[in-house]
Amino acid sequence: MRHACLALLLSLVTGVVQAFEIEESRRYPAPGGTELRILSTADADVFEPIIAAFQALHPIPITYDVASSAQVMTALYDESATYDLAISSAMDLQTKLANDGLAQRYSSDATAALPPWAKWRDRVFAFTQEPAVLVLNAQAFEALDIPKNREGLIALLRDHPQVFDGRVGTYDVRVSGLGYLFATQDSRNTESFWRLTEVMGRLNTRLYCCSGEMINAVAQGELALAYNVLGSYAQARLQDTPGIVIVEMDDFVSVMLRTALIPQTAEAPQAAGLMIDFLAAMRLRPDLATATGLPPVVSGAGEDENVIRPIRLGPGLLVFLDRLRRDTFLRSWVSSIEQE
Amino acid sequence: MTRTPSSIRRRLVVQLALVAALLSVAFFFALRVVAERATEATQDNILAASATSIADAVYTDAGVVRVEIPYSALSMLGTVSEDRVFYHVILDGQTLTGYDDLPVPEVRGAGRDPRFGTYLYRDDTVRAVVVRRALNAADRIHRVEVVVAQTRLGLAAISSRITTTATAIGVVFFLAATALSSFAAQNALAPLNRLAEAVRRRGPRDLRPVTAETPTELAPLVRGLNGFIARLRSALTRSEDLIVEAAHRVRTPLATVRTQAEMVHLQMEKPENRTALRQMIRAVDESSRSAGQLLDHAMVTLRSDQLETEAIDPAELLRDAVDRLSPTADLKDITITRDLPDSALRVQGDAILLQNAVRNILDNAIKYSPADTEIAVRLIPGLSCRLEICDQGRGFVAEDVAQMPERFSRGSNVEDVVGSGLGLTIVRDVAEAHGGALEIAPNEKGPGACVTLVLPCS
Repeated sequence: MRHACLALLLSLVTGVVQAFEIEESRRYPAPGGTELRILSTADADVFEPIIAAFQALHPIPITYDVASSAQVMTALYDESATYDLAISSAMDLQTKLANDGLAQRYSSDATAALPPWAKWRDRVFAFTQEPAVLVLNAQAFEALDIPKNREGLIALLRDHPQVFDGRVGTYDVRVSGLGYLFATQDSRNTESFWRLTEVMGRLNTRLYCCSGEMINAVAQGELALAYNVLGSYAQARLQDTPGIVIVEMDDFVSVMLRTALIPQTAEAPQAAGLMIDFLAAMRLRPDLATATGLPPVVSGAGEDENVIRPIRLGPGLLVFLDRLRRDTFLRSWVSSIEQE
Repeated sequence: MTRTPSSIRRRLVVQLALVAALLSVAFFFALRVVAERATEATQDNILAASATSIADAVYTDAGVVRVEIPYSALSMLGTVSEDRVFYHVILDGQTLTGYDDLPVPEVRGAGRDPRFGTYLYRDDTVRAVVVRRALNAADRIHRVEVVVAQTRLGLAAISSRITTTATAIGVVFFLAATALSSFAAQNALAPLNRLAEAVRRRGPRDLRPVTAETPTELAPLVRGLNGFIARLRSALTRSEDLIVEAAHRVRTPLATVRTQAEMVHLQMEKPENRTALRQMIRAVDESSRSAGQLLDHAMVTLRSDQLETEAIDPAELLRDAVDRLSPTADLKDITITRDLPDSALRVQGDAILLQNAVRNILDNAIKYSPADTEIAVRLIPGLSCRLEICDQGRGFVAEDVAQMPERFSRGSNVEDVVGSGLGLTIVRDVAEAHGGALEIAPNEKGPGACVTLVLPCS
């Protein structure tokens, strides 16, 4: 009875201490060194090959916790949770952590070799570049032209409401940090974004939390197309999922950089530094890119003429994190996408 | 510790280099101040632009004041450097959005917007700007303050680049200035060197005043030098006069005394008186000879410094000396044989000095030769002319030869003969003044010695 009380009390205490939600936690034991604790938005299955390859070089025990980008932010920004490495697809939140002094400085030969746009203040380091793409159901598009850009997509959706009504999917930007990042970058880059959102709203667009579910829905034919899907996930699914088509827009492509940083609370910053070096050098390990489906950072992607442009790390990303700006954006977006 | 002599050139260069160093340092600081002001002003301008664009994006929506931060407002701050950026929008003293603990920069005195301040925020020094704006909403005047702050790491990086550049420019300036000052010192001292060269190039008897063109600063030196030359000239003239005067004053009365003593000697009957008189004559001879040689020596020393050279026939020189001294030789029944080839040989030299030298050698030979012997005078032409006089006298003691030409040094075997010890000194001095030498060797043909005057000839 007393033990039960104690257990209850403990769980309450831990519950209070740990208000952020962890979706999955995996442990990778290894013989030596301090444990490296990673908090990441990347699925454990996706990241596992990287951890295995890393441990082959550095036998360090690793705990890998998966959380949404918002929960990663809550953990590190509000609750000062102890992690040695934060890996997130939400570039804006990672930038805010670094800007507000919650990330440690780190530099090494490997980070020096990264292109300048792939790091910020020697605190945020990008190791993948993942474009936002359009994923189509091949069957649904048998009789239709595949749109090349957003104007084409708007015209297509307008012209064929019978095909697309209820069969268009995109991120719910209120829930998904990545979806919000893609949407705000779209709104910044093109005038078509709001018209597209309006058109999608009229077609009863279905909203998703994650790319994986959207890809599944497209593959199963529930959706005819999904907009702003993470291209790397779609690419990884291309092999075992027949019937999906990946389209990169030719007006512009937002490219998300998956970034890593060492939180100020880190207890094993050296081990975290080793992991950052390993991630920064991922372009030298094509086997890992294949195994994870994460395209590594390559220099040249930041060049100006390229329509495939990585989202720029820096204080500009703080703008859409502004409370009022976010409220305004979400109100506009909600009123456009939900037109009941 | 050795003291190096002081150098005007070195002093000039060192002083000019010091001035250049001071100027370089001053230049370095001036450049840094100006450049850092400029970069700070640049950062301030970007901050002000950012804050103004945020202030412009404040709007009212149904009586509620809202702000939509423009993307460019913050991204423009990220283009120049990777500095941290903070902002704070305040509506009527209440935070509207942004970092609510970011303070409004305190402004000293009344100034116009935008106002800037530097303070510590979140462990970093930040440069902050505040822009104010009034807004009318729902019949109320609202005051909006927009604060934008940025850390100064980019500024520090630029500052360190400026320091590097300023240092490089300062060092180059210093090196160039030092090189130029070295050149200038060289140039400034050129007239002095020219004057020194003009004085050094003069011949030994050239005692004319210096008339070279000189800068006004050197005029006192030239005046002093000319005064000194004039005094030297008159002193030289006086000593030459004195020598001639003394020669007359001493030699003439001694000659009279000797003549008188000889006459008395002839009339003397008693052998002891005759002996005394002979001793007296000997003493007079000794004095006369010493006085003559002392004067000769003084004259040789004087003239050696300022040779008056002319082309002289060495054979004529020897013939002349033999002619003069033949009477003395005859008194002792000494035969002088001459071997003087007629030649076009010429010695560049001072006639008086050379005559003096040859006479001294021959005089010595006659003096130390026993009666009824032979003295051979020879001229051996060659690359150098050898004027050789060999006697059949007692010769030199080997140990004395090296000592012999020293002043007042006499051979150890000649105590019984009158002599001053100056004869060979005069010969040697004359030989050396003409670039020649004095050689003393035993006579190969029997007893006696050979004294040779070696002179360069053509």
